[in-house]
Amino acid sequence: MLAVNNLEVVYDDVVVALRGVSIEVPDGRIVALLGANGAGKSSLLRSLSGLLDVHHGEIRKGGITLDGESVDSLRPAQLAKRGIKHVLEGRRIFKELTVEENLRVGAHAAPRDAGDNMTRVFDLFPRLVERRQQTAGYLSGGEQQMLAIGRALMSGPRYLLLDEPSLGLAPRVVGQIRDIIVEINSQGTGVLLVEQNATMALSIAHHGYVMETGRVVMDRPASELLADDDVREFYLGIGGDEERTSFRDVKHYRRRKRWAS
Amino acid sequence: MTELLTAVSIGAGNGSVYALLALGFVIIYKAMSVISFAQPAFMLSGAVLVSHLSPRMGFVAAVVVGTIAIAVVALVVERVAVRPMVGKAVFVIAIITIGIDIVVRVVAGAFVGVDPRTIGDPWGLDVTTIGGVQVQHRHIAAFVVTGLVVALLFAFFRFTRMGLAMRATALDQEAAMAQGVDVGRVFAVSWALAGALAAIAGVFASAGNPIDQNLWIIALTALPVIILGGLDSLGGAVLGGLVIGIVQAVVSTYHSTWFPFLDTNSGAIVPYVLMLLVLLVRPQGLFGTKEVERV
Repeated sequence: MLAVNNLEVVYDDVVVALRGVSIEVPDGRIVALLGANGAGKSSLLRSLSGLLDVHHGEIRKGGITLDGESVDSLRPAQLAKRGIKHVLEGRRIFKELTVEENLRVGAHAAPRDAGDNMTRVFDLFPRLVERRQQTAGYLSGGEQQMLAIGRALMSGPRYLLLDEPSLGLAPRVVGQIRDIIVEINSQGTGVLLVEQNATMALSIAHHGYVMETGRVVMDRPASELLADDDVREFYLGIGGDEERTSFRDVKHYRRRKRWAS
Repeated sequence: MTELLTAVSIGAGNGSVYALLALGFVIIYKAMSVISFAQPAFMLSGAVLVSHLSPRMGFVAAVVVGTIAIAVVALVVERVAVRPMVGKAVFVIAIITIGIDIVVRVVAGAFVGVDPRTIGDPWGLDVTTIGGVQVQHRHIAAFVVTGLVVALLFAFFRFTRMGLAMRATALDQEAAMAQGVDVGRVFAVSWALAGALAAIAGVFASAGNPIDQNLWIIALTALPVIILGGLDSLGGAVLGGLVIGIVQAVVSTYHSTWFPFLDTNSGAIVPYVLMLLVLLVRPQGLFGTKEVERV
């Protein structure tokens, strides 16, 4: 199990991004992490994959454990070797490399299993097979996201951290990505899914966390979150009272309810 | 015509040296986005080291051992002086490399001595006549070896795990780190490669001439070469090196008829004039990549 305990993260020594966050990602489960912009979702993923340093961030308090062993001082390369793989927001594929080269870089942490994992990735994403020798920058947005996920799977990770995989994609493609996440999970990979698209995330997750200004404010099974009135109103866009609420009818003091204040 | 072809052959030989040096600059630039000004020092120390080794172990073995030794020196220099600066402004790192250049050059210069040193190469100023054109052996050797080195280098970047990781890091460092690439190791390997390339360049730059302290000035010509070829293009570095070498040699051959007022100095300005002309037409250099992007 991957567990975060009371984590406090600070950027540039002044900006506090996480204020005592605790979450758990059990093996083979899908955990959804919801929250508005700036809630600290990406910072949490960065602390898990060791990429805080790149952004001048550091862990001030608390820690991260993998099967009970502290891993928060490990470098990104070591974390990737231990099976924690981060799919960055905005896809971030290597645009000038071919699709196959992108995947080969993904296998950097586990070069011995590259062949098997390549077969597995191509089974999951048949589209990538056709485009194998193409320059990755010329793929469509959905294909680039598939490549980004496929690249992460190339080292056979235990935990996949997905940062906004549905960002900027057409609804149908979002559906495909969702099915793929379920498929990857059913093959035994634990998934931590950060999403703005709460409907999509909660529909497949086992457990969900809601974050706000650096804190976890809700921590429940996904089905309960889906049924929760506040979550429905603020994250799923479904009115509490009627079926649909026009913004015109919403009184300003009702618009945003905050749990943490 | 013969005169022109002779000039081209000299240019191809000198251009190979520029190409090797430029490759080193480009490899470090791609890895760290920094131009390392330490290349001239590695070139000089490569030549000096080989000149000391070759009487003992023969020329070829000396070149191999010398190249590896300079690669190791570059590795150590990167670890000690450059790595702690990673994350600082690019400008700061560039200035530090100038410092490294001076330190390494002074140390290497101490081993030059007062007597003329030769690299111990088998070519000297020997000449073969091909179709009426006199071609110097050292220039053929430089050209062939450079071709071989470039082929090996391209295979390394295309087929090996480390080479691919280096290309990925050049494109997106954070994404490469997320794949488990150790960026520190990428920096180290790029410095070692650049050091090795500079050492080989030093050998060919001093083949046929005695080594002197000012050998490193040749390496400065690699700067217009990399701008001409495109800072981030390995192919551009090779082609830019050859183009500048050849044009420079041709101009030096005909300078007395073309630019009599410049005396013998016209060759020296060629790289910079060429660079300026190319930049006017293609601001990213001949082969520098504009970003690949789907709009």
